[in-house]
Amino acid sequence: MHELSLMSNLLADAAAAADGAPICALRVRVGPLSGVVVEALRFAFEALAPDTPAAGARLDVEETAPAFHCPRCGADYETPVGAYQCPGCGAADGELRGGHELELISIEVPDHV
Amino acid sequence: MCDTCGCNDPHNHPHDHAHPHEHGHGHSHEHGHPPPVRTVPVQKSALELNQRLADQNRGWFRAKGLKVFNLLSSPGSGKTALLERTLRDLPRAAAIVGDLQTENDADRLRAAGAQAIQITTGATCHLDAHMVAHALEKLDVAGLETLFIENVGNLVCPASYDLGEAKRVVLLSVTEGEDKPLKYPVIFRNADLVLVTKTDLAAAVGFDREKALAAIRQTAPRAQILELSAQTGAGIDDWLAWLRT
Repeated sequence: MHELSLMSNLLADAAAAADGAPICALRVRVGPLSGVVVEALRFAFEALAPDTPAAGARLDVEETAPAFHCPRCGADYETPVGAYQCPGCGAADGELRGGHELELISIEVPDHV
Repeated sequence: MCDTCGCNDPHNHPHDHAHPHEHGHGHSHEHGHPPPVRTVPVQKSALELNQRLADQNRGWFRAKGLKVFNLLSSPGSGKTALLERTLRDLPRAAAIVGDLQTENDADRLRAAGAQAIQITTGATCHLDAHMVAHALEKLDVAGLETLFIENVGNLVCPASYDLGEAKRVVLLSVTEGEDKPLKYPVIFRNADLVLVTKTDLAAAVGFDREKALAAIRQTAPRAQILELSAQTGAGIDDWLAWLRT
């Protein structure tokens, strides 16, 4: 359940970005190699958000897939978790380019203008 | 609940009001309905603070000339038994050990003649770079060359936290089931070395070695694989040689 402490970091970053405004939505990017379970992250959000400027806010989660660049044949490819071979040449030593993210992309705040 | 943007603070922020009827009063300006919210870009990792502290730890290790290994596995895979054996055979080495409760593991390693610092995490399921940084304050680094960080026994959460180590070692004991790497692929993918432990028990539990090795190669394509028994000492020399590379 390290999702609780990670969500608490995301909420703190969101509050800092909101700069005193109430937060309407958080957009979060989660990769399957981050070690984070999206359902647990949502649960943590429900538990923690009410005491923050994000009370009542929407949590939008953008899920990514493991993404690699093959150093042998130059292919860029995505894989399921646990099977990382290059579909082009079968090489197993692709350089990880995505799928390990756990980041706050943006927040939505009321437009006062 | 605010109907326009869904947040919980309906009174402290104005929205353009949406009336279905004509307004009776004259507006001198265009009565537009701009989007009720605006997007503020953030682009910040939830692990940014941990990463910063891990990088600090890494710099500190480098300055002290310490080679640091993060040991990860499920509870009971033999991390502490391996370290007891290793610390007897490898001079100038120490350990930091993480558990939810008790000093038991540190006591075992001290009994093996090495410096050992226990981190008790309470309810926390992993070590993070901050906990390690505080443990380092208690470490006597004089003459040390190698430091092992024995993580909390857990194949899930510790995968997310860089501690500043040079190498990640993931243990899989023969008693756990050959398909464990397939069940917990995230932690295996980051391994520099996968150690198959308790090989002296392989026959007794009907361990399918080829199946386990295939599962490791699939989930940890970049990792080296070694097999050993801390009990009998089989394979320990290869492990010690790997530590020195």
